Amino acid sequence: MENPYLPFPVKIDSVITETEDRNLKTFKLVFLNSADGEKFVHQAGQFAELSIAGKGEIPIGIASSPTEHGHLLFTVNRVGVVTRALHQMTAGDVIGVRGPLGNWYPWEQMEGSNVVVIGGGFAFTTLRASIVYLLHPENRSRFGDITVIYGARSPGMLLYRDELVEWNERDDIQMHITVDATDDPNWKFDVGFVPTVTQEKAPSAKDSYAVVCGPPIMIKFTLPILKELGFPDERIIMSLEMRMKCGIGMCGRCNIGSEYVCKDGPVFSLAQLSGLPGEY
Amino acid sequence: MVDRVIKKTELADFVARLVEKYRVYAPVREQQTTNFREISTADQVDLSGANTTLSPKSLILPQSETMFEFSLDRTSEKAGILYEIELDPLPRLIFGIRPCDAKAFELLDLNFSTPSHQDPWWARRRQITTLVGLGCNTPCPTCFCTSVGCGPFATEGLDVLLIDLDKEFAIQGITEKGQRLLDDMDIKAEASATKKEAVSAQQSSSLQSIKSVVPTEGLQDHEVNALFNAEFWDKVQFACINCGVCTFVCPTCWCFDIQDEVLKNNGLRLRNWDSCMFPLFTLHGSGHNPRGQKLQRVRQRFMHKLKYFPDKYHNGVACVGCGRCVQQCPVNIDIRQVFLLMNNFKI
Repeated sequence: MENPYLPFPVKIDSVITETEDRNLKTFKLVFLNSADGEKFVHQAGQFAELSIAGKGEIPIGIASSPTEHGHLLFTVNRVGVVTRALHQMTAGDVIGVRGPLGNWYPWEQMEGSNVVVIGGGFAFTTLRASIVYLLHPENRSRFGDITVIYGARSPGMLLYRDELVEWNERDDIQMHITVDATDDPNWKFDVGFVPTVTQEKAPSAKDSYAVVCGPPIMIKFTLPILKELGFPDERIIMSLEMRMKCGIGMCGRCNIGSEYVCKDGPVFSLAQLSGLPGEY
Repeated sequence: MVDRVIKKTELADFVARLVEKYRVYAPVREQQTTNFREISTADQVDLSGANTTLSPKSLILPQSETMFEFSLDRTSEKAGILYEIELDPLPRLIFGIRPCDAKAFELLDLNFSTPSHQDPWWARRRQITTLVGLGCNTPCPTCFCTSVGCGPFATEGLDVLLIDLDKEFAIQGITEKGQRLLDDMDIKAEASATKKEAVSAQQSSSLQSIKSVVPTEGLQDHEVNALFNAEFWDKVQFACINCGVCTFVCPTCWCFDIQDEVLKNNGLRLRNWDSCMFPLFTLHGSGHNPRGQKLQRVRQRFMHKLKYFPDKYHNGVACVGCGRCVQQCPVNIDIRQVFLLMNNFKI
């Protein structure tokens, strides 16, 4: 059996600075051994451990869709030892990737339904993977209407801006891009917090799933609105964050009650979460 | 079934033969403490105490162990890539392990050998390790193994069980691995009917001497959130100083941390025991901490052992009743009291 702690070596192919505060960068990674790349088969919503020899590992959502082949994308916020080291790295540097880890958004269950994607800030990474996955020609017809509500503090803090514009021009996806505030007179999208915009746009709960990922404050105020709109707890899907080490349910720190976020999650329905202690 | 005997006068020879084939670990007295150490002769072994100070879990899950090595030398094409290190392949034998500690390994298998992943170091060491247990003639006042699915002569997890009959040990070969060991070591003397009677007598006297009893039957019926929100946690946690000794001495606490260490251009990825008693254990990069409060951490430890673990694996509580945490807690927090509180909880 393979050692589940051993990272696959990957090379940084390119680095994109995503946000105006320069704290978020997207790393495009290519496997050094193509056989490793073939083994790495993920689903939108899963994460991986990024490993930097000498610094450690960090669990990061996979921002590329399984429909994008030949590379992986990770958007990383600069906060601690490992992420700081990673932000110093450039194309050509070698790091490690361990995964894919955790479960994913319940695509099979959502098939045939409308999908409302609600995201805030830098939690948009696995949601980007999800949107790319949903819009792929092989998948688009398997789902109903797709609505996206995505907010950030300011226009310069939105991730994947080129793609947002591209998606906004398509007619098979309804985009609601919003910022908390802006003084840009040419800003042509929404202004307001994600929960407020969700209430205004009022996506229908009929045959719909809501996939929600964002900072705790956004979640806190968005959930009551989704309930008001008629989304049952079973169809509100969330992805959680937790401090992790092993990523495979063994090291013991990321539990919520009997469930490990790394292995049994990170994706849970609100119905599942309400049966667990609120310790996250 | 008890089927062989070995005289205590033959023990030195028996151990000498074991040492030829195995790395042998046994309880060794070191001033105020007794712990499992590698031994080379029988006179190092001290079987007089009941439980060792630390459990033998470090023999399967070392307090610190190297997972991978790497080079940071940028002129090397291997720079930044992690490589596996070969494990010491010598077979190991833990001599004189108590039944509770052996059962703890079985419980930890549920965490480390799962259908989706196997922890390679845990699994490998389990595979190459033979457990020669020693039944407990004089259980401690803090022992409550019989309440948690174990007992002073329980055989779960053991390959061989020794029963001390004063001048000799009666021997029970339990697994095939254990039987093979006894055959290899040429232990032929058969246990007579009188010996078997002596064993039964010892077993029942040991059972009777265990006075600590904890209730467990109600734990599974409680709704997890009701227990989680119970008011008694405030009392349980009051005296705790979050020293973590309970987690370090506990044979069923397995949580670990992963850290990199670098000296010049050479690095190691290590894993070290960690503890849910420490705030850093769950501190997010953002500064958020789901278990930032002492109450949350104390509750986590007991809820994990007595509720989350049984709910997840349906294999009983993650406690073997060894009583080490009761003996060594500096502020006298007693898990037996917590069993009572949790089991008898009423909303």
